Amino acid sequence: MSADTPDVVAELDDLKVHFPTPAGTVRAVDGVSLAVRRGETLGLVGESGSGKSTAGLALLRLVDPTAGRVRVAGADVTLWSRRRLRATRRHVAMVFQDPQASLDPRRTVGDSIAEPLIVHRLAASTAARRARVAELLDLVGLRADTAGRYPHELSGGQRQRVGVARALAGEPDLIVLDEPIASLDLSVQAQIMNLLRHLQRDLGLTYLFIAHDLAAVEHMSDRIAVMYLGRIVETGPPERIYRHPAHPYTAALLSAVPVADPRVERERRRIVLTGDIPSPVDPPSGCRFRTRCPQARPACAETDPALAEVGPGHDAACLFPLDGERDGGVGEGATTRADAAGTA
Amino acid sequence: MSHTTVLSVDDLTVTVGTRRGPVRAVAGVSWQVRPGETFALVGESGSGKSMTLLAATGLAPRAATVTGRVRLLDTELTALPDDRRRKVRGRHVGFVFQDPMTSLNPVLPVGRQVTEAAEEHLGLTRRAARDRAVELLELVGIPSAARRVDAYPHQFSGGMRQRVAIAMALACEPDLLIADEPTTALDVTTQAQIIELVADLQARLGTAVVWVTHDLGVVAGIADTVAVMYGGRIVEQGPVDAVFDAPTHPYTRALLAARPDPSRRGEDLVAIPGSPPSPLDLPPGCAFWPRCPVRADPRCEHELPPLTTVGDGHTVRTFYRGEAG
Ligand SMILES: Nc1ncnc2c1ncn2[C@@H]1O[C@H](COP(=O)(O)OP(=O)(O)OP(=O)(O)O)[C@@H](O)[C@H]1O
Ligand SMILES: Nc1ncnc2c1ncn2[C@@H]1O[C@H](COP(=O)(O)OP(=O)(O)O)[C@@H](O)[C@H]1O
Ligand SMILES: [Mg+2]
Ligand SMILES: [Mg+2]
Repeated sequence: MSADTPDVVAELDDLKVHFPTPAGTVRAVDGVSLAVRRGETLGLVGESGSGKSTAGLALLRLVDPTAGRVRVAGADVTLWSRRRLRATRRHVAMVFQDPQASLDPRRTVGDSIAEPLIVHRLAASTAARRARVAELLDLVGLRADTAGRYPHELSGGQRQRVGVARALAGEPDLIVLDEPIASLDLSVQAQIMNLLRHLQRDLGLTYLFIAHDLAAVEHMSDRIAVMYLGRIVETGPPERIYRHPAHPYTAALLSAVPVADPRVERERRRIVLTGDIPSPVDPPSGCRFRTRCPQARPACAETDPALAEVGPGHDAACLFPLDGERDGGVGEGATTRADAAGTA
Repeated sequence: MSHTTVLSVDDLTVTVGTRRGPVRAVAGVSWQVRPGETFALVGESGSGKSMTLLAATGLAPRAATVTGRVRLLDTELTALPDDRRRKVRGRHVGFVFQDPMTSLNPVLPVGRQVTEAAEEHLGLTRRAARDRAVELLELVGIPSAARRVDAYPHQFSGGMRQRVAIAMALACEPDLLIADEPTTALDVTTQAQIIELVADLQARLGTAVVWVTHDLGVVAGIADTVAVMYGGRIVEQGPVDAVFDAPTHPYTRALLAARPDPSRRGEDLVAIPGSPPSPLDLPPGCAFWPRCPVRADPRCEHELPPLTTVGDGHTVRTFYRGEAG
């Protein structure tokens, strides 16, 4: 860990991850700087394809950076080989959306959880390993005899608990949670959110929480970053982001979230964005959001705005940031209806 | 339209034969949709929402045994032979599913698909069908519809494909649009577009809508009437305001209470323990009993609670009588 940034667990510095495809180069992540601070939950939101998962994978070096740096626990791991990464203790672990797909169906739950213990030589003996697996199962609220069962014998919520136990096994500093509740039943989502928060409190964990569900992100996060088309367009504390969004994209995203209150729903006005997110192969010039932005002006096509401070700990990448106020939390904003200028 | 109900489902039960014996996927559900109304069916996965709609419209899988009565406009659907039922359904009901590719053929231009059913049911010529396809694609907000009528599904984004699927469902000017989780796979921004689109079409065309979802926010935004399903039964049903203002079934109450509340950040969520029941081993009494935080009555465990009216059109299946407020 470097001396000047003592509280940063992992960091992306002007990171680019580009994928060559037959249709052209996909700029999945295209200049993202993001520092995850020890003990916090950083929520990462944005539409499908905005680059959230790719940014998360970059922190584990599960994708190769095209440009920029990845630093973990103070070490620059940007150019580390697969072998070197594997041989080093995993400072970053990941929990995936679909616990079914991320667990090997032919291995028992116990074997899946034990794998990081073996790879990183974290248990001295078979007995120690077994004890640690039991301890991890207990931490995530599963009975010790779950170790002998197979993933298909478990419910979705139980499988996600196993995914969390497996991530905890390597004693990581940071856990990237990529849509950890999206595949779960409504009644089970709250259980997993509570579990994650308790583990964080008890074990001092740091999370990057990637999710579509903006209400869940508001509940879980100390800080929020909003992504659009490979860039971070706004970051700040939840109170600022949800009540005083400065970027028109954040405002539109929030206004689209339905709230479970028929009266609020009847009153509210949505900012309906026309058109789809443009192709990451060929992003618009200037501000990437301008093709769907209700506030776009000619200057937006010329200048690519950088993140700039709009309030304490609150940055937005917009030439004409909003200063209005939304009342309430997710979806409660009475923003005016406006149709976007045009489609890409 | 002179009908008082577009679709009326009475005591519908669906039993599916599986290798592990018969499974009762849907048990004695009754509900109606009136002209122009939106009826929302909400519940967790496996609660029987899709099976209810498939069985009601005669689309249940072969292995299923369906009992009960279903009336579509003036026709007793359940009394019709398969081919007649298919005709009536094709003429009056449009379907939209979670994955638009369920209804779209990947190797056919979208324009041809949108009006395929209309050609058959309304006897349109190829030429008229093409004009109608452009009109429908414009109606659902596809930009430059006249040009894109010859494009293939893969040339559209997920949200645009769902619009095409809606255009297709509307081609025969159905009296009823059945939408099974049409926005579940979409971003909230695209979901908002689809919700606005359907509401707008409904206002203009007077179509009745049945919308299946597991999102209580979506229900609040679209529904006139809502039915909450759990373990194959409707446990609570009523006007949307009544159900959200005075939820009475412990399951409805628990679901609403489990949502994050921005004014209580930092507190634990009120989670529901356990997970939804498997239809292979449903308890004899209330299906929610094993997870219920209330367990109001000793009968809950063994006896199926009767359907009780608690307000105007507001019914619940629980022994719980609730506290005030
Ligand atoms: N291995 C790959 N090869 C080519 N393109 C890729 C690859 N991985 C991701 N992409 C593309 O990069 C962009 C960002 O993808 P990413 O999965 O990071 O988005 P996301 O924000 O996580 O989306 P979602 O919310 O749907 O999970 C998308 O356009 C995606 O199609
Ligand atoms: N084709 C089928 N064959 C057998 N069982 C089915 C079939 N489709 C659904 N089921 C069962 O019926 C029950 C209700 O399913 P479904 O109506 O799809 O639930 P929902 O739409 O609420 O998620 C589930 O237990 C499911 O496994
Ligand atoms: Mg992703
Ligand atoms: Mg379904």
